[in-house]
Amino acid sequence: MSEQATGHEPGKQIDLRDPVVAAVLAWLVPGLGHLYQRRFAKAALFFVCVMTLFVYGLALGSVPEKGWYGRVVYFSWRQEDKRLFYVCQVGAGLVALPALVQAHRMANDRRVWFSGFQAPPRLPNVPAPREDPNRDQPTPHDLHSRLHRYFELGTVYTAIAGLLNILAIYDAWGGPVLPAPKKNDDDEDADETDGEN
Amino acid sequence: MVPWLLIAQVNYLWYAVPLIIAVSLVYAATRHEEIVPILMHAGRLALWITGFMAAIFIVLFLISWRL
Repeated sequence: MSEQATGHEPGKQIDLRDPVVAAVLAWLVPGLGHLYQRRFAKAALFFVCVMTLFVYGLALGSVPEKGWYGRVVYFSWRQEDKRLFYVCQVGAGLVALPALVQAHRMANDRRVWFSGFQAPPRLPNVPAPREDPNRDQPTPHDLHSRLHRYFELGTVYTAIAGLLNILAIYDAWGGPVLPAPKKNDDDEDADETDGEN
Repeated sequence: MVPWLLIAQVNYLWYAVPLIIAVSLVYAATRHEEIVPILMHAGRLALWITGFMAAIFIVLFLISWRL
């Protein structure tokens, strides 16, 4: 099913192809929905903007000498640590999904993958038993004491990347948002005349 | 003391630049289809955001003067 949308520029028709497929693709990989719609310039723009922010945010939340990478993006809904920022970050699509896998593995006492990339921090008030496979993982205190303000900066970068991709998803689904149509003077005069009558 | 504190904070303001650029471009791209109107809209929006941040900065600077 192909749908048309009128662009902002006069007379410009945009073939949105299947808007639902485009929206899902746009969520999975920023810009992929626009690529599917053959809107190449916007695909490149959305991919570069969203992925640059997200990857830079991940880099800000990394401590290479400790082997901690991408620690600002994680999913946690534990009593002591509810990570609401992840709701924004997951808007960036596939790049934020390892956090769900890592949270599931940690909750089931299994060793996290990739040295804990996007893994939730170990809770400090839970004594790690000797057999805990993730007892070497950092606590929130460890992350904050090593990253300082870069933890917040990385969080903000990745969260904004996710939120911006939601705008891109909407654009893939419905086309550019049109401004309110301007009334010309004749229409306004006619309206006033109608009002008086 | 205050001027030194301000200089220390200016470095962190650089982190706002990529955010302003990306937000402006993505927002403008959801309003237009062609690249030239997108860039023009993004430029105006970036200036507006920077001006708004500068205004907030001035207000905070004045109310914290000699604290």
